[in-house]
Amino acid sequence: MAELKYESPQTTEAAVALLAAGGPTARVFAGGTDLMVQMHEEMIEPTLLVDIKRISETRQITFEDDYVRIGAAVTGAELGEHAELKAMWPGVVEAVELIGSYQVQGRATIGGNLCNASPAADSVPALIAAAARVVIAGPGGVRDIPVEDMPVGPGRTSLAAGEFVTSLLLPKRAERAGDAYLRFIPRTEMDIAVVGVGVSVTLNPDGTCATARMALGAVAPTARLVKAASDILVGNKLDHAVLEALAEAASDACSPIDDKRGTIVFRTKVAGVLACRAAAIAWQRAEKN
Amino acid sequence: MAKNFVTTTINGDEVEFASYPGQSLLDVLRSELHMTGTKNGCGSGDCGACTVVLNGRPVNACLVLGVELDGAEIETIEGMATGTKLHPLQQKFLDHAALQCGICTPGILTMAKAFLEKNPDPTESEVRYGLAGNLCRCTGYDKIVRAVLDAAADMRADG
Amino acid sequence: MSNDQSTTNYRWVGKRTPRPDGVDKVTGRARYGDDMSVPGMLHCKILRSPHAHARIVSIDLSKAKALKGVKAVLTCAEIPDHPLSEPPYAPIINDMHDISRNVMAREKVLYDGHAVAAVAATSERIARAALKLIDVEYEVLPHVLDPLEAAQPGAPILNEDQFTFGDETEPKVPSNLFRSITGKRGDLEAGFAEADLIIEREFISEPVHQGYIEPLACIATTSEDGCVELWTTTQGHFVIRALCAKLLNMELAKIRVTASEIGGGFGGKNTIYGEPVAIRLSQMTGRPVRMVMTRTEVFRASGPTVGSRSKIKMGAKKDGTITAAEVDTWYQAGAFKGAPVGRAVETYFSSYKIANVRATCYDVCVNRPKVAAYRAPGAPMAAFAAEGAINELADRLGIDPIDFRLKNAVGEGDESLMGSKYGQIGLVEVLEKVKSHPHYAAPLGPNQGRGFALGYWMHGGGLSSVSAHLLDDGTVTVATGNPDIGGSRSSMRVMAAEELGIDIELIKPIVADTGSMGYSHLTAGSRTTFATGWAVVNAVREIIDKLRALAAKKWGISVDDVIWESGQAVPKKAGQDRIKPLSLKELAGMATKMGGAIAGHSEINAGGVGAAFSAQLVDVEVDPETGFVTPTRYTVVQDVGRAISPDYVEGQMQGGAVQGIGWALNEAYIYDAEGRLQNTGFLDYRMPVASDVPMIDTVLVEVPNPNHPYGVRGVGEPCLVPAPAAVANAVENAIGRTMSWLPLSPPKILQAIEELKLAAE
Repeated sequence: MAELKYESPQTTEAAVALLAAGGPTARVFAGGTDLMVQMHEEMIEPTLLVDIKRISETRQITFEDDYVRIGAAVTGAELGEHAELKAMWPGVVEAVELIGSYQVQGRATIGGNLCNASPAADSVPALIAAAARVVIAGPGGVRDIPVEDMPVGPGRTSLAAGEFVTSLLLPKRAERAGDAYLRFIPRTEMDIAVVGVGVSVTLNPDGTCATARMALGAVAPTARLVKAASDILVGNKLDHAVLEALAEAASDACSPIDDKRGTIVFRTKVAGVLACRAAAIAWQRAEKN
Repeated sequence: MAKNFVTTTINGDEVEFASYPGQSLLDVLRSELHMTGTKNGCGSGDCGACTVVLNGRPVNACLVLGVELDGAEIETIEGMATGTKLHPLQQKFLDHAALQCGICTPGILTMAKAFLEKNPDPTESEVRYGLAGNLCRCTGYDKIVRAVLDAAADMRADG
Repeated sequence: MSNDQSTTNYRWVGKRTPRPDGVDKVTGRARYGDDMSVPGMLHCKILRSPHAHARIVSIDLSKAKALKGVKAVLTCAEIPDHPLSEPPYAPIINDMHDISRNVMAREKVLYDGHAVAAVAATSERIARAALKLIDVEYEVLPHVLDPLEAAQPGAPILNEDQFTFGDETEPKVPSNLFRSITGKRGDLEAGFAEADLIIEREFISEPVHQGYIEPLACIATTSEDGCVELWTTTQGHFVIRALCAKLLNMELAKIRVTASEIGGGFGGKNTIYGEPVAIRLSQMTGRPVRMVMTRTEVFRASGPTVGSRSKIKMGAKKDGTITAAEVDTWYQAGAFKGAPVGRAVETYFSSYKIANVRATCYDVCVNRPKVAAYRAPGAPMAAFAAEGAINELADRLGIDPIDFRLKNAVGEGDESLMGSKYGQIGLVEVLEKVKSHPHYAAPLGPNQGRGFALGYWMHGGGLSSVSAHLLDDGTVTVATGNPDIGGSRSSMRVMAAEELGIDIELIKPIVADTGSMGYSHLTAGSRTTFATGWAVVNAVREIIDKLRALAAKKWGISVDDVIWESGQAVPKKAGQDRIKPLSLKELAGMATKMGGAIAGHSEINAGGVGAAFSAQLVDVEVDPETGFVTPTRYTVVQDVGRAISPDYVEGQMQGGAVQGIGWALNEAYIYDAEGRLQNTGFLDYRMPVASDVPMIDTVLVEVPNPNHPYGVRGVGEPCLVPAPAAVANAVENAIGRTMSWLPLSPPKILQAIEELKLAAE
């Protein structure tokens, strides 16, 4: 039997050193809501768990000049209770709040949702739509990358050996901006997204779209940014023709699989439906700001 | 396998236990401390039978490690009644027949208590979403929802 | 005392009384299967097949045995084999030949999750690690999952010693088709000739799991004298004792089984899985052995209910008279025979008076876990097909669905297809109650639909034993042999208090172990309040008779002159006013001085079961762009005979309805191309959560069962029978086309909506 060790370092440097020394079977432990299940089901057998929750940077939400920094180990429940952040990025916060039950919310972290690299992770399309960046600490120092560059396949990230995510950076929201995230699940709660759509827009004073980003989850090996969405939306209002084009662009961006959670046909169709609904909510929010 | 020594507060009492890395809080409670009121239903956070309150938040004990709990405060079903006086939620579950087999009951009571502390005056729909992480296969939830709403009303009246 | 049910002036029956086991369950004190530990116990883990169908070439245990902390490892070699039941292919469900192989695979593994070997070790972690050290060489074989395919010649054969039973051609080649059962009457051809409208449909339903929240768990302790004590979560510890004894060639009295509190069963805890394995490991090591299944094991290796394929044809006249009906249904038995085919035939059309009818149901083995009972086994999928067809007939004939059913409803004296004769039944009362219910006429919004279906179930009777003891302070213990799965201790206490005329708080009901009681059959088949309740009534009446005799002795009068009234012995004859009545408490205090302790016993084989009908109305709203279904209103109307504990009768009806919602919309066993189960947890085996369902309104119709002292009918199962059909009918009405498969998951509904749109263009 492989021995499992547990460490809870208090500094980023100590965590990096432990992870680097621990090799490929070392795992970052934050909320544990994915890792504990994988260990229980014997899908993974780590030899070292590095609990990052005692590193203060991972547990804080701070407003800096150009962005908001969200610690990687901030939980869904904490994000949901943060009125200022929720007002600024309601779509991102709602996406995180959709993950699991209240019980899971008390533990599941935004960084964990990203690093677990599930194609269906709820926070990821919302973060991509929000143009969020990931701050990564590693043996070579600190770097940051766009969220969309983080997952590279189901369960796989672009993190190098010894690296871990310390925080996420969300831009400060502009005027007349809004975001939204919607997902489809077969029940009302406790399911994994069959399709997820995040949309973020800013509007011109005349009500036309100034900038737009849309991302899809659960319809490809990784969450993906739908570049065509911005071409369709920018300069336009959300009329019937634009919505139709948006739905088509969303469906076209899908390359899903048939599995226990949904079919190719269903996912492709519903991606278009949710794209329109999420865009409408984001638009409404933008108009109110 | 080497065990870590952990000091916690459980239901107001200081409790020390030894836990090996990888061992869940659920397993610590049930196997090490013989506190079997917290139930094991799935081990994957999907059924809520093992709901406990950790540092003020409801969590699935099966998804928490024992070794990370040094200094933590934990509340379980065993601490819900005050001495021999049942908590209003416990009493209302009896009054409304909100349990059949009872295996989900400790988790649901623990979750409902934490939920009502955040939302003392919930709607039916809010109660349903509040308890969505707790599976009950027997009751169809009807009497559970009624019991929680009734308990909430009483608890508000009692301040 | 007679079975006079004319009085409803009861003190306890029908009242909302506290349940005797309630406090222990809201405080976490109640002990379920997994809540027990025994000093020095070992932990058992079971190695399971990763293949749907494979021959076991070899098993190497040496590395596992060598691991420190491993105390024993076993394979099928340690589980006695049994020949096929005599006569050779008799349709015996509990065939030890099959059970032996299901408990531990012998020649072949027959499904993903089939047990292959087991380890007992000093910790669960060591046991898990040891499983990884067992080398099994498999020769993978082609597999089959669909019952229609499996019944065809040339399909991969699961059990090479199984030949179709009852086939007059005496087949020379083995078959996955074990048997078929047919019920028929009249002349089908003539019946269909009379019809103005004939419809033919095919229906498909997937296997669903009982979904009890408490995993299977037990602890076996063996003594050097050969006696075994078994603690287990079960719906019938006497049945567990019998099955373990028979399988392991032990004497019944040497196995003492204690039933833990049971965390849900719904039929799924009627048989043995890990119990004989734990017993054998305990015998091999001389230590107590605990076995607890993970949720994944529960899904992969304990029986779900059958999936079905049905071809149905029905005809009716314009006035709504059903003239003929026929159906063929293939049920998946799983790896071993035993699909509830008789119950299916019993259920088909049995709410309706149809002159010309045939129902045939086929019991087919496939590479899935052996099915177990699930709440009205065999009936909900039959009702899904029959009620679906009937709703279509009514709809196309332009007749109100309730009127259509009233027109064809069975009554007293009619018979089901399997020959159950109906006594006093409440079918018409139930249907009329639905029709007059405000729900039936409530307006529907856009994208909403209303569904209706009717369910029939003949509950069980059979063997039950009860011991009631009067204690010298006037309190009473009532011991039954039936695990209390949903409040039966409450109804036992109520009936005992009613008979004795004392406060319920003076009565302590308990579930006694197999060493203390006579045989009691399962808590299943909606039989416990009926049959065991009847035995309770008998047992406390024996106490009453003894107390009357005691009073007679005290008063020096004939026992015939003493009656029992409101909890006291009273002289019957006029002119004896000077004799002061003696209360139960006073008599209890005298008993030991005047002859001995007083007890009453009953060991009965309860007949006189009654048919029960449940009718359900459900509204749903369908999102036309995603196919998502929201149930918005639900009403269950059921003939419950008499509700002893109405709280728990309502609870049964509500729980059954919600299980039906799950079955209808999302629950299913999902396999990949290799026959491996894909959804082995509650995440993807999607049972309804609280926010998925509305309040479930209940209407209790009380048409007493004339054969029972309190008029009881079984209530646990009838409420699930029509539920999937009712929900499916609501979806049909919301989207405007028939739907013939379960579950009605969003992709299927969206596809149907899209097809409708295309057809309209």
